[in-house]
Amino acid sequence: MSDATAGNLSQAAAESRRTDAEQTGPMLAADGRPLKQSLNRALRAQKLRALALIAPLLLFLLVTFVAPIVDMLFRSVENQIVSETLPRTVMALEDWDETDLPSEDTYAALAYDFREAAERRRHTRLGSRLNYEQTGLSSIFRRSGRGIDDVGEVYADQFIALNAAWEEPATWVALMGDPDWIAAQAEWAATEDTEAREPSFRLATGIENVLPETADAYRSFARAIQAEARNPDSPVEEEPWNTVYLALYRDLAAAPASAITGYSGPEEALLREAADAVSGFETVNLRETFAEIEEGWVEMPVWGTIETFSDPYTAGYFLASVDLRLTPQGIEPVDENQRIYLLLFQRTIVLSLSIMGLCVILGYPIAFLLSNLPMRTSNLLLILVLLPFWTSLLVRTSAWKVLLQQQGVINDVLVWMGIVSDGARLALINNQLGTVIAMTHILLPFMILPLYSVMKTIPPSYVRAAKSLGATNWTAFWRVYFPQSVPGIGAGCILVFILSIGYYITPELVGGRTGIFISNRIAFHISDSLNWGLAAALGTILLVLVLVLYWLYDRIVGIDNVKLG
Amino acid sequence: MKLKSLLLMSTGAALAATAVAAQDMADSMTIVSWGGAYQSSQINAYSDPYQEMNPDVEIVWDESSPEAVARMRAMEEAGNVTWDLVDVVAADAIRLCDEGLAMEVDHDEMLAPADDGTPASEDFGELIVSDCFIPQIVYSTTNGYRTDVAEWEGRTPEDVCALFDLENFPGTRTLERRPINNLEWALLCDGVAMEDIYDTLETEEGIDRAFAMLDTIKEDTIWWTSAAEAIQFLADGEAVMGSTYNGRLFSAIVEQDQPIEMLWDAQVFDIDGWVVPADLPDDRLARVEDFLVFATDTQRLADQAAYISYGPARASSAPMVGTHAELGVEMAPHMPTNPANSERVIVFNYLWWADYRDDLDARFQAWLAQ
Amino acid sequence: MSSDTQDAFVAFDRVQKSYDGETLVVKDLNLRIGRGEFLTMLGPSGSGKTTCLMMLAGFETATHGEITLGGNPINNIPPHKRGIGMVFQNYALFPHMTVAENLSFPLEVRGMGKSEREGKVTRALDMVQMGDFGGRRPAQLSGGQQQRIALARALVFEPELVLMDEPLGALDKQLRETMQFEITNLAHRLGITVVYVTHDQTEALTMSDRVAVFDDGRIQQLDAPDVLYEQPQNSFVAQFIGENNTLEGTVAEITDDMCVVRLDDGELIDAVPVNVSGVGERTKVSIRPERVEMNKDRLAPDAHTLKAEVAEFIYMGDIYRTRLRVGGHDNFVVKTRNAPDQRRLKPGEQIEIGWRPQDCRALDA
Repeated sequence: MSDATAGNLSQAAAESRRTDAEQTGPMLAADGRPLKQSLNRALRAQKLRALALIAPLLLFLLVTFVAPIVDMLFRSVENQIVSETLPRTVMALEDWDETDLPSEDTYAALAYDFREAAERRRHTRLGSRLNYEQTGLSSIFRRSGRGIDDVGEVYADQFIALNAAWEEPATWVALMGDPDWIAAQAEWAATEDTEAREPSFRLATGIENVLPETADAYRSFARAIQAEARNPDSPVEEEPWNTVYLALYRDLAAAPASAITGYSGPEEALLREAADAVSGFETVNLRETFAEIEEGWVEMPVWGTIETFSDPYTAGYFLASVDLRLTPQGIEPVDENQRIYLLLFQRTIVLSLSIMGLCVILGYPIAFLLSNLPMRTSNLLLILVLLPFWTSLLVRTSAWKVLLQQQGVINDVLVWMGIVSDGARLALINNQLGTVIAMTHILLPFMILPLYSVMKTIPPSYVRAAKSLGATNWTAFWRVYFPQSVPGIGAGCILVFILSIGYYITPELVGGRTGIFISNRIAFHISDSLNWGLAAALGTILLVLVLVLYWLYDRIVGIDNVKLG
Repeated sequence: MKLKSLLLMSTGAALAATAVAAQDMADSMTIVSWGGAYQSSQINAYSDPYQEMNPDVEIVWDESSPEAVARMRAMEEAGNVTWDLVDVVAADAIRLCDEGLAMEVDHDEMLAPADDGTPASEDFGELIVSDCFIPQIVYSTTNGYRTDVAEWEGRTPEDVCALFDLENFPGTRTLERRPINNLEWALLCDGVAMEDIYDTLETEEGIDRAFAMLDTIKEDTIWWTSAAEAIQFLADGEAVMGSTYNGRLFSAIVEQDQPIEMLWDAQVFDIDGWVVPADLPDDRLARVEDFLVFATDTQRLADQAAYISYGPARASSAPMVGTHAELGVEMAPHMPTNPANSERVIVFNYLWWADYRDDLDARFQAWLAQ
Repeated sequence: MSSDTQDAFVAFDRVQKSYDGETLVVKDLNLRIGRGEFLTMLGPSGSGKTTCLMMLAGFETATHGEITLGGNPINNIPPHKRGIGMVFQNYALFPHMTVAENLSFPLEVRGMGKSEREGKVTRALDMVQMGDFGGRRPAQLSGGQQQRIALARALVFEPELVLMDEPLGALDKQLRETMQFEITNLAHRLGITVVYVTHDQTEALTMSDRVAVFDDGRIQQLDAPDVLYEQPQNSFVAQFIGENNTLEGTVAEITDDMCVVRLDDGELIDAVPVNVSGVGERTKVSIRPERVEMNKDRLAPDAHTLKAEVAEFIYMGDIYRTRLRVGGHDNFVVKTRNAPDQRRLKPGEQIEIGWRPQDCRALDA
C-alpha cells in the first residue's frame, strides 16, 4: 500500500528525470560540465587517497608475491646459459645438419667459447645444466676445462718459433688494441690507484675485417682476464691464450693474400711475415684434439643435446614436468621407469581432495557445536582448536610418529586389547594413510575457522522458523541450516585444498614412499638437485592447476558463495 | 702484476701478508654447519680455542649445511653472500666449485703444514677431491642393527648383505631416501665385485639389477631423509636394521647405551670439510683464512675426534686421536678409518655420482613412488 | 479472566521457567487464551514475555507447570508437531529460497502435493498483496515486503494459533501502523488465535483484544486495552502504559471507595484506593496527564486543586504538553488539547490545576 505508493512515486520521478535527459542530452552540473565528468573529478582525489593508503601493501605484495611468481615463470622457460656461455658454438650449430659431427669451424668456435668459459669458471655450471638433459655432460665439461688450455698450443709454438715477438703481450696490444684504449691504459697504470679498475679493453677499428676470428678471440681473452674479481690481470702483461694463436692461424690461412698485404697499421711487417709462413705450418685437426681431451666431443648425442638446448628459452623444463623430454629427434616420453611427475601430480590432487573431505566431515560438527555454545565455552574450545597452530610443525609431526608408528601408542593399545595381533601391527604411518592423518590434523583448523565464523552468523531463528513451519530436526538442518553454511564449507575447502596441495614438510616426514607430494619433488629440485628450472616449471604447473580448480569451483559453486566470516 | 706478486712472495710474503691482514680483518664471521653433536664438536675443538686467542672476534653459527648449495646459489643471485665459511660434504663442495660459488684454494699456501713439515696437500692427500674443498673429517655411512630381535634366533648380521636377507634377518629396514649407497650395496650383494660396481651401474642392465635387488626389500623398508630419523627408527624398534652416519650410531650405542650394534662391512667413506664462498670481501676473507690456518691444523683435527667418532682428515692427526672428552672411551676403535672397521670399504665416487645423480635419482624416486 | 480452563484454547498453568537453576525468568504464570482471541504480551525487555512465547512455540521447555493447546498438554510435543505458525522478529525468511519456496516450505514438509502447494502459495501471497513477488529472493524485498511474506508463510499452512515475536520492530513508524492494521484485520478475518509479543504499548493497545503486561517474570495485569489504561492495577502498569504522573505520599485515611493521601510536601489529596490497604502505608498516586485540568472554568465541582508552577510549555501540534512543578515534583505533565481558548503559558507562571478524585489512583509504592 504505502510501498506501492512509494514505488509509483519513485517511478514517476525516474520518468521525469528520463524526459529531462532526453531533452538536454547528458546531465550537466551547475558549472555546465557534463555531470559524469564532474563526478569523476570529485572522486579522483578520493581514489588517489585510497590508493595511497594501500600503496605500502601493494608494494609489499609486488615485491614478495608478484615478483617471485614472475621470476618463477621466467625461470621455468629460461635457458640463456647455453647461448651465453657458448655463443659462437651456438651460432655455428645453426647450420648443422645433425647427420654427422659438426664441422671444423664449429670445433674452433667451441675452442674459443670454452677457453673463455673456463677462464670465467662457467663451463662447469653449464655442464651441470646440461647434465639434467643428458647424463655425463657434467664431467665432460668439467674435464674439458683442464684440457682446453692446450688447444691451439701447436700454433702458438710455431708462431713464437717464427718470431719471438708473438710471445710479447706488447705485440698483441699494439696489433689489437685501440690507440685510445692503449693511452687510457697507460694513464691508469701510471696513477697506481689500487681502487680503480683498468679500463675495459677495446679493439682497434678495422682489425676485425683483417683478422676476424683473432680479433674476436683476443677481445674475449682480454676482457676475461680483466674481469677476474680478485686478481684482475692486464692484457698488457699477459701472453694470450693458445686459442688466440689458433684463431690467428685460421685467419691467416683463410684470408686471401691481398687482405694481409693491404693491411697497414701496427705490426704490419710481423703480420706479413706470419701470413707468408702459415702455409708451411704443422696443422692439427680440432675434432681430434677435442676427442683427446674428452671422448664425448665426438659423440653425436652430446652435440645433439647442445643444439637442442641452445635456444635462450626452452620448453624442456615443462616437458620434463609431465614426464616428456626434448631430444634432438623431438619430444619423447621418458623411460617408463623414470616417470614420476604425472603420478605425483595425480597423487597430490587425490590426497589433497581426501584431506579436504576428511576436514569437512570432521570439522563441520565441531564448528556447529562451537557456534551453538555460549560465548565463554566456545572461546575456550576455539582455543583448543587453535592449539595446533601454536605447536611447532615438527613437534606435532613427531607426536604423530610416536602415536602411529608400528611400535607406537595406538598399535600398542590395539595389541593389548587383542584387536590386532603383535605380528600384524597396523601400518598407520610412513605411507599415504600417514600423510592423510597428519595433514588432516594440521589443516583442520583452516576448515573449522571459516565454518565457525559463517555458522556464527546464521541466526538461530532460521532453524526455529523451519521447525515452527513443521520441519523435523533433520529437515530443518538439511534444507535450511546446511545451505546457509555452504559458503563456509566452500571457503574452508579452498583453504585446505590449496594449503595441502603445496605442503611438503609433513608428507616428507610421515609420507613414507607412497605418501609424498609433488611439492616434495619441487623442494628436492630447489635444494638438492639445484634444477631450479624444473622446480619452477613444476611450481608453475601447480599454480595453473590451482587456478583451474579455482575456476571450476567458481563455475560449479560460485565464488560469491565463499565467506570467511 | 704477476711479476710484482712473485717478487712479494720471494721476500717473505707470509710476514707481509699477516701484517696486512692483521690491520683489516673482519671481527665477525658466520660459519655454517650441520648443528647437533657435530657442530658442538667443531665449537669445542675449533672456535672456542680460536676465540680465546682472538677475544674480539664474534663467531655466528648457522645450521644450514643441509641446504648449503641452494642457499649459496640464492645468495649469489641476490648478490649478498652473508656466509664466511661453510661446512659441506665433498659432493656438495664439488657442485659449489662447479657452479663457481666456492673459492678455489691453494692448500699449501693457505693451510698449515703437518708438524713434521709435510705440506698440507700431502697431509690431506687424496681427500682433496675438489680445488675448493678443505677436508676436515672422514665419516662413513654404514649400517647398524638391533641386538634384541627375537625372530633372528641368535643370528647376528656378518656383512652388509644381511640387509637383503629377509629370511635370516626378518624385520623392517631403514635406508636413506636416495640412490647413493643403496645401489652400491644392492649390487655388492647381488655378487658384483667391489671394483666393478660403478662400471656396472653405467649400463642399463646393471641399474636394473640393482633395482631388482632393492625390490626384494622395498616393502620392508622405511626410507629416511634425515639421519636423526634413522637412529630414532632403530632406537624405537620401528626398524631392526638400517643405514645412517657412523657418528650417529656411535652416540646411540656408546653414549645412549641402546641395544644396537655396528655393522662396519661395506661402509661408505665420505668426506666433510670447508668451502669458502667465492668473492668474499678482503677483510672477511682475511679473517676466514686466519681461522682456517688454525682450525685445520693437525692438533685441532685430532682434538675434534674427542667429541665425535669421525676420523680426522689429516694423516698426521690420526696418531694423536685420544679418548672421548666426557666418557673417556678410547676413540680409535670407533673411527671408520680404524683398520678393523675398514676391511671392506666403498669410497664415495663423487665424480661418478656428479654425472649420474640426476638420472638415477629420477629413476630411484619413480621406483619409490610406485 | 474472560474464559475458564475448559474452553481456553491455550492455557499456561502455573508455569515457571529458569535457565540457570538460580533465578526464575517466568514466575508462576497462569494464562488462558480463548479461541480467536488476539492477545498481546507486553513488557520491557527481560520481563519474560518472549520466554513465554518460546515455551508455547516449543523452543523452550517449562521448568515447571503445564501448557495446554486445545486442551491437550504440549510440554512434550516437539515444535514441528505443534502446528503453530510463527512470525519472527527479523522475519527469518530463508535467504537461499525464493519467496514462493519459502511459502511452499511448510506445505512441502507436510507432504503436500505440488499443485495443491502452488494453489495455497498463490492464495497466501495474494492475501498479503504480494502476488507478483513469488520469484524474488528475500534480500530483494523491502522490510515491509519481507514482513508480509513472513506473515504469509506463518499462515499458509492454516494454523489455528499464530505467534508473533515483535514482528514490526524493524519497520519505520508509518509502515508499522499500516501493518498493525493489516495484521489485526487478517487475524479477525481468518478467525485465528494470535499471541503477539511487543514492547511497544501503542501497538499493544491498538491491536489486541487483551493485553498481558509482563514484568519481573509475572503478569502484572491482564485486561482489555481500555481497562488497562484507565484502571491500572499497580504502579508498574500505570507507569508502563501511557504517560503518567506520579505523586508519592502516605495514606492518611481510607474508606471503602476513597482514601486521602498525604503527599510528601504535606498536601492532602483524595484518590481511589486500588492496592493500598491501610493508613500509614506509602503509596504512589497516579494521574493521567490528560485528566489534569489547567483551566479553572472546566474543573469539575468536586475537583481537587493544587498550586503549580509552569516549568515548560511545549507545542506538539494537536496538543500542548506542559511540564509543571507540583508538590515537590518538577516533572508533572499535563496534556491539553490545542483548543482555541488555550492560553500559551510561560515558564515560571503560577497556575492552579485540578482533577477529579476518581481519576486519581492510589497504587503500591
